[in-house]
Amino acid sequence: MNDLVAWASLAPLLALVGSLINAFFGRSLKEPAPGIIASVAVGLGFVLSLLAFFGIAGTGEAVRVGLWDFLRAGDLELSLGFHLDQLSVLMMLIITGVGFLIHVYSIGYMHGDDGYSRYFAQMNLFVASMLVLVMADSFVFMFVGWEGVGVCSFLLIGFWYKDLANASAGRKAFIVNRVGDFGFLVAMFLTFKVFGTLDIQTVNAMAPTMLYGSAALTGIGLLYLLAATGKSAQLPLQVWLPDAMAGPTPVSALIHAATMVTAGVYLIARTSAVYAVAPGALATVAWVGVLTALIAAIAAVGQTDIKRVLAYSTISQVGFMIAAVGAGAYWAGIFHVFTHAFFKGLLFLAAGSVMHALGGEQDMRKMGGLGKRMKITGTTALIATLAIAGVPFLSSFFSKDAILAATFTSGTLADAGGGVLYALLLITAGITALYMFRWYYLVFAGPERLDRGASQRVHESPGVMTVPLVVLAIGSVLAGYVGLPAFLTDNRIMNWLSHSTTTGEFTHLGVATEWLMLLGAVVVAFIGLGVGYWVYVVGKGALVKRLDNTPIAGASRGAFGFDALYKAVFVDTGSGAAEAVTLLDREVVDRGFVGLGGVAPLLGGLIRRWQSGNVRAYAFAMLLGAAGLTLVAALVGVLK
Amino acid sequence: MVPTEYYVGLSAILFALGSVGVLTRRSAIMLFLSVELMLNAANLAMVAFARGWAASGSKTALDGQTAVFIVLAIAAAEVAVGLGILVAIFRNRVSTNVDELAEVRG
Repeated sequence: MNDLVAWASLAPLLALVGSLINAFFGRSLKEPAPGIIASVAVGLGFVLSLLAFFGIAGTGEAVRVGLWDFLRAGDLELSLGFHLDQLSVLMMLIITGVGFLIHVYSIGYMHGDDGYSRYFAQMNLFVASMLVLVMADSFVFMFVGWEGVGVCSFLLIGFWYKDLANASAGRKAFIVNRVGDFGFLVAMFLTFKVFGTLDIQTVNAMAPTMLYGSAALTGIGLLYLLAATGKSAQLPLQVWLPDAMAGPTPVSALIHAATMVTAGVYLIARTSAVYAVAPGALATVAWVGVLTALIAAIAAVGQTDIKRVLAYSTISQVGFMIAAVGAGAYWAGIFHVFTHAFFKGLLFLAAGSVMHALGGEQDMRKMGGLGKRMKITGTTALIATLAIAGVPFLSSFFSKDAILAATFTSGTLADAGGGVLYALLLITAGITALYMFRWYYLVFAGPERLDRGASQRVHESPGVMTVPLVVLAIGSVLAGYVGLPAFLTDNRIMNWLSHSTTTGEFTHLGVATEWLMLLGAVVVAFIGLGVGYWVYVVGKGALVKRLDNTPIAGASRGAFGFDALYKAVFVDTGSGAAEAVTLLDREVVDRGFVGLGGVAPLLGGLIRRWQSGNVRAYAFAMLLGAAGLTLVAALVGVLK
Repeated sequence: MVPTEYYVGLSAILFALGSVGVLTRRSAIMLFLSVELMLNAANLAMVAFARGWAASGSKTALDGQTAVFIVLAIAAAEVAVGLGILVAIFRNRVSTNVDELAEVRG
């Protein structure tokens, strides 16, 4: 059984091989061969992950696959390997499963693009890095994957690099992520200092023996949180994700919705034992998650770009996940990662399908009524919209409710404002329903506002794109049933993940209270949808026009001015300093050396008169010199 | 035996004549002649000194003679090269006036 699980360590290698084939030979392959190679590589990875999943389900034991000794220096012994347990195998299923569907979809979406094979090479490299990230048994190996997905994200955001805006968006994502990576590095240093090892399982095993709530452990927790805020686009490093929408839409679906942005959630869940003894850090995690969720949800209401709404929605939803792990309910966070991968991946792919049909149009004000013309895209998008809004019996209903309940009952948050966090998350859930209604209504329902050219072009996307939509739609409906509320029945995902995470303390609520909270979440979701219906369908958007100039609308459009603030504080300071240095270089250094150069011709001007070219003058000088030397020699002889 | 000082005196006179020739004449041929004169003035001095040393029984008496052979050989080589250059210049400019050959000035 263990051998079966160990085979899964080939999954990253398969993706890497696919990437290399496409990188070196992709240009000589005919479309759609690169896409098929890449999809097969990821699909085989999914099969291996499934085998590993059943293997671990059978034995219930984690499997360790050693790869090789990386380095030995002093006290540091580092061997690289994979740790396959309940948590990592679930992440592998998400990455390869959703990844496979998105690869297939890309075969249609990227049709005719100049960088067809480059695209698939980078996508496969991303999958390989992401798998390394979740499978790694040490922080160092995890960091390899962490940086790998960062690079792939950078490459794919700037995929159409000939447009300067896309290239800058890629750079922005990379640079903002560096701040988080810095946190990861320092956290690793501190981990090694405190625990004497970088092996994740050893660290988790040792953590309960450490001093509860000590400054060092809290420091480690906060630094890993900084790392998570970078990769998962949380406050204060959330600014890169909306710009990351410059990349191809399937990239947004895979990297910036389903997988990479959940790496921060995974990191915190992976190190749950450390957070269990660092309650201060854990409470900070929860607050960061909740505030991000709220702010991003408000920002999502004001966006007019079809993808930017989804980007802010992703930030907000990842905020929910971070809030869940911050409450100590790691299973709930990963549960939401799981359901979110389906419905958000689907929303992005549906958005891509719309853009594909409209020839790249992204402004929602020029859409509307597309549900009638694109039946499959419209229907699947409706399912995803209802799922993310929290409509009962769809996936997000269960996972979001688990998160809400966790913040309300968490033992670690009891003294850190758990009630406030619960209330804020509930409000956010309502806003989520509102902005998703708005999104769906502006794109798929209501009157058509298309340009005349675009209106004639509209068509349903080919089967290679719609089939993944349908599969993801089925997932969006059913994914929630792996985590039915624990007070009713067996919560499978909670039990599954309890083997690899240290769940926090929770107060037990009565069944009546649990039902009441469930009801509250449903009511809030329908209030959100109802407000949307009232504003856009009944009121025909009149209220929006009236609110247009209010500060709250401005804050929503500008996402609370974080971009402007960072531009003023960091970018402008940086370019100001650069300009000052340029000035110094030009006016002082350059001028100094040019001036110094001016001295040489001056000296030369004095000497050049000697070089008259007149042979007899030279001869005379030589004669004088010889006579002088003789005179000196004679005088020296006499004086002796 | 004629005293060494006489030879040295003659050598000095020849050297002075040569120098004046180098400084005053413009024809390259005459310049060469004057340089030869100066070289041979030096040779004469060296031979004279060598003879003087030999008369006084010094062991290094033949050094001066040897040096003269080397000077003669080098002078011959120099004239061969120099006259070659001169012929080439004359072909180009139909003149050997050194005052006109002053292109390479600073």
